[in-house]
Amino acid sequence: MNPTVTQIEVEAPLVARKARPGQFIILRVDEAGERIPLTVAGTCPEEGTVKVIFQVVGATTEALNHLREGDALQDFAGPLGTATEMNGPERVCVIGGGVGCAIAMPVAQELHRIGAAVTSIIGFRNRELLILEDEFAACSDRLIVTTDDGSYGRHGNVTEPLKEMLTAGEKFDRIIAIGPLVMMKFVVAAAKPFGVRVTVSMNPIMIDGTGMCGGCRITLVQDGQRVTRFACVDGPDFNGYEVDFDEAMSRGRMYADYERHAYEEACSLFRKA
Amino acid sequence: MPIQPKKHEMPTQSPEVRAHNFAEVAQGYPVEIALEEAKRCLNCKDRPCVAGCPVNVRIPDFIAQIRQGNFEEAYQIISQSSTLPAVCGRVCPQESQCESKCTLQVRAKMEPVAIGRLERFAADWHNANAAGQPAKPAPNGHKVAVVGAGPSGLTCAGDLARKGYQVTIYEALHTAGGVLVYGIPEFRLPKSIVAREVETLQGLGVDIETNVIIGKTLTVDELFDMGYEAVFIGSGAGLPNFMGIPGESCKGVYSANEYLTRSNLMKAYLDKPHTPIMKGGRVAVVGGGNVAMDAARTALRLGAEKVYIIYRRSMEELPARREEVEHAQEEGIDFRLLCNPTEILGYANPDNPRDPKNGFVTGIRCVRMELGEPDASGRRRPVEIPGSAFELAVDTVIMAIGTSPNPLIKNTTAGLEVNRRGGIVVNEDGLSSREHVWAGGDAVTGAATVISAMGAGKQAAAAIDRALMG
Repeated sequence: MNPTVTQIEVEAPLVARKARPGQFIILRVDEAGERIPLTVAGTCPEEGTVKVIFQVVGATTEALNHLREGDALQDFAGPLGTATEMNGPERVCVIGGGVGCAIAMPVAQELHRIGAAVTSIIGFRNRELLILEDEFAACSDRLIVTTDDGSYGRHGNVTEPLKEMLTAGEKFDRIIAIGPLVMMKFVVAAAKPFGVRVTVSMNPIMIDGTGMCGGCRITLVQDGQRVTRFACVDGPDFNGYEVDFDEAMSRGRMYADYERHAYEEACSLFRKA
Repeated sequence: MPIQPKKHEMPTQSPEVRAHNFAEVAQGYPVEIALEEAKRCLNCKDRPCVAGCPVNVRIPDFIAQIRQGNFEEAYQIISQSSTLPAVCGRVCPQESQCESKCTLQVRAKMEPVAIGRLERFAADWHNANAAGQPAKPAPNGHKVAVVGAGPSGLTCAGDLARKGYQVTIYEALHTAGGVLVYGIPEFRLPKSIVAREVETLQGLGVDIETNVIIGKTLTVDELFDMGYEAVFIGSGAGLPNFMGIPGESCKGVYSANEYLTRSNLMKAYLDKPHTPIMKGGRVAVVGGGNVAMDAARTALRLGAEKVYIIYRRSMEELPARREEVEHAQEEGIDFRLLCNPTEILGYANPDNPRDPKNGFVTGIRCVRMELGEPDASGRRRPVEIPGSAFELAVDTVIMAIGTSPNPLIKNTTAGLEVNRRGGIVVNEDGLSSREHVWAGGDAVTGAATVISAMGAGKQAAAAIDRALMG
């Protein structure tokens, strides 16, 4: 789809029948591989297929990116997590950042299908990384594209058009923000003065994804109390005002060194091959 | 000839060697020692040991066969009652079950017969020497679904398959075995042994579907729509408990479930693993159960220079098996008893919020405890000693303080009653509040033992057979 983002379609009839927007799957590429969670980008129940969009960020996604049409994955399990809340006709602002747009897109499509008025803001670092513009255009009453460097659409990040609309008196029943943690944190900060509900989609490190290991825990602050929740079964969607983003960002970097080495090794392995 | 008062010693790897490898600690009786140990059994008439076994293995009968050198016959007797003989011989707490009832111990004040070691001997002999699979039983035309391929599910499936039921096990993870593969480490239960027991079940005709999460991929109601006449839920332990103290979200804090899953299921203990785990350094494990021992001994084998067990009561109340505690002590695990953590300390560079070390564990603060009056569990309640706070410098903290049942099935199965803690409510046969839905193991009881889960699976299999065959 762009130099670092790839879409695959996987034959998985049981998952295709059940998956709803906002849910994820866990896959392994090969026998020794790690389990990684990826969000469902779309399904075709009739054909029994599930679409998954991923960005190459490490060894496992690098290996995934080297599969060819017709290859098989070692494992593919889901759908996991709870689906994004759908309330029928309401005014929703869907905000996607980078590869997070792959998760935001089926949410916007479903909102549109059930009669919600959808405003979409999708942001990318630059024009080269732009994905899913046509898909968003088709399911949005209004679409704003931003790039950090101004090479396409509006110059700047996704929070600026949001702030402008809210300041101008635009009313949303809720905002759904899906993207890098820092983007979601700033969307929450931008929406706060206006009291609009913000749902964010968390994507922490996971292993089993079924409520067993506890690695995906995040901290919510509810009425001044810090409470632990598990993204795999309680999420991945959470009330953005309650999430401790700084902690989530720190926890996401737990294996940063290890991941960089593994990625470099994987890349050199594939270069040789 | 007088009876030898002590069990024959189990040959083990020496502590200095085994603390640095993942090979099995206990190496099993050789034939001559098994024959000698089998002679210690009095073959008493009232067979108290059988009553002490949750699955009622005919213990004196199999030991009599070992004594006569009929090792395969011994195995066959065990396997009539137990689906997983090679597993039980290794991980059952025999000292509080069969062996605790042994007449040698109760009447003669000697050490009991080493029932567990003999069971393991018979199972290992069979696995090494017996050729071929047992014959597939004739089908009886009935279909049963089992949720979870752990000890209770495998047992339930095995018993039903032997009666001719067509059984499908749905397993959420990518490998069958449940806690036997994700929880219990290689050095206590080699995964090749679990795989062998699973293959035996498949040989009986049991179908195992991995990567299917009941409650998500399929619901219990859909299983009935698919033609299954009964469902057994053995979905196991769920989300790990944390203490709720500051610092538990620091990098380097694991639940025991996560730590052991990374090492065992995902093979992070191998060289160049795909799944990372923090290795080496100084490690504190909080808790005193078998899971805590497994985590501590795994940490040591992953290269830790120092491993603490932090437990708030005394050695007397420590719930882990004696043998595991002794092994851990021999290997050099430092037990800090009557201590309770109050905070996990994390690194924070005041001058650089982007310092990559920020948020990693640097230590654990604890207080010393003393034992007060007995609490509801009958154990003396630990009470904090004022002014006794101290810190241990560690890089990794592993919380091994229990789990709460998995919510996925409860949330998607109407009419399935659960208790206050989330465990599925069942009657004495394992029948839940839903017609034709049975349950057992940790999904019912919360964290317990492999053999008690197997007992529950066995009971449910018998009840399912009665219900479907009238």
